[in-house]
Amino acid sequence: MTSEEHLPDDHVDGNALAGPLAEVFTADVTVAQSECAHCGATGPVARLLVYRDAPGLVARCQECGQVVLRYVRTASAAHLDMRGTVTLAFSLAPE
Amino acid sequence: MIISRGFHGRRPTADRKLPPGQYETTGFPVLSAGPTPRLSAADTELSVTAETGRRHTWRWADLMALPSERPTVDLHCVTKWSKFETRWEGISLDVLLADVETDADHTLVSSHGGYTTNIPLADLLDGKAWVVHTYEGEPLAPEHGGPLRLLVPHLYLWKSAKWLRSIELRDEDEPGFWESAGYHDYGDPWREQRYRGD
Ligand SMILES: [Zn+2]
Repeated sequence: MTSEEHLPDDHVDGNALAGPLAEVFTADVTVAQSECAHCGATGPVARLLVYRDAPGLVARCQECGQVVLRYVRTASAAHLDMRGTVTLAFSLAPE
Repeated sequence: MIISRGFHGRRPTADRKLPPGQYETTGFPVLSAGPTPRLSAADTELSVTAETGRRHTWRWADLMALPSERPTVDLHCVTKWSKFETRWEGISLDVLLADVETDADHTLVSSHGGYTTNIPLADLLDGKAWVVHTYEGEPLAPEHGGPLRLLVPHLYLWKSAKWLRSIELRDEDEPGFWESAGYHDYGDPWREQRYRGD
């Protein structure tokens, strides 16, 4: 982000991704740890800032405000754009 | 589309046509992929960069000194709402681009906050697009893209970038923010080009 001032807005937290992404992930994505490709901040997906009054879901880094992931559900496909994410780490039960 | 330079009555309802899959709204929903920047008109600068690298810039006063138009247009959002007869004031892209030498076919439009959208240059010319600063007689509110937004009403509204900062003329098409995430590259509401492959 730049030093621009921002007005209050209607974003929600990353838990809003749980329902939509349950369609493509078997694990709960909101507890996964994401690493921001812009600033390196790491934290649970649930802490991302999600803008959903939009043509898709836009999740931004809680530290730097840059886009970490975008999710678009079309009539027949799901597009998950993760160019703003270095890694998405899931804790899983031991095999 | 009507280009109005004065008062005119509203079209009768029967004349209003909805593109396929759209419904009419009388409100003006705010869609946003990020925080709403608070930008001052006085500090606003618009740039157009040709494919040669030659950059043209207009400060706010430069823009206000250009001939303005008052388009009344229908808006069609890809999230399926349409709004009829919205009244704007701004500058035709024909005026802004008149002195820009280019052989490019494509543009990439950028906003404050990082949003981008790609539009063929031909779709910004011939009376089809404006940079607008006034909506229904009032300075354009930040949540609707003020102080300056693009208005390209014949394409889905995501192409009418809010908080307009720059237009790059390019030889190659480069998908913008939504176009690279599954939305259609062109976005014609009358052909219902919502998603890639439509
Ligand atoms: Zn970050």
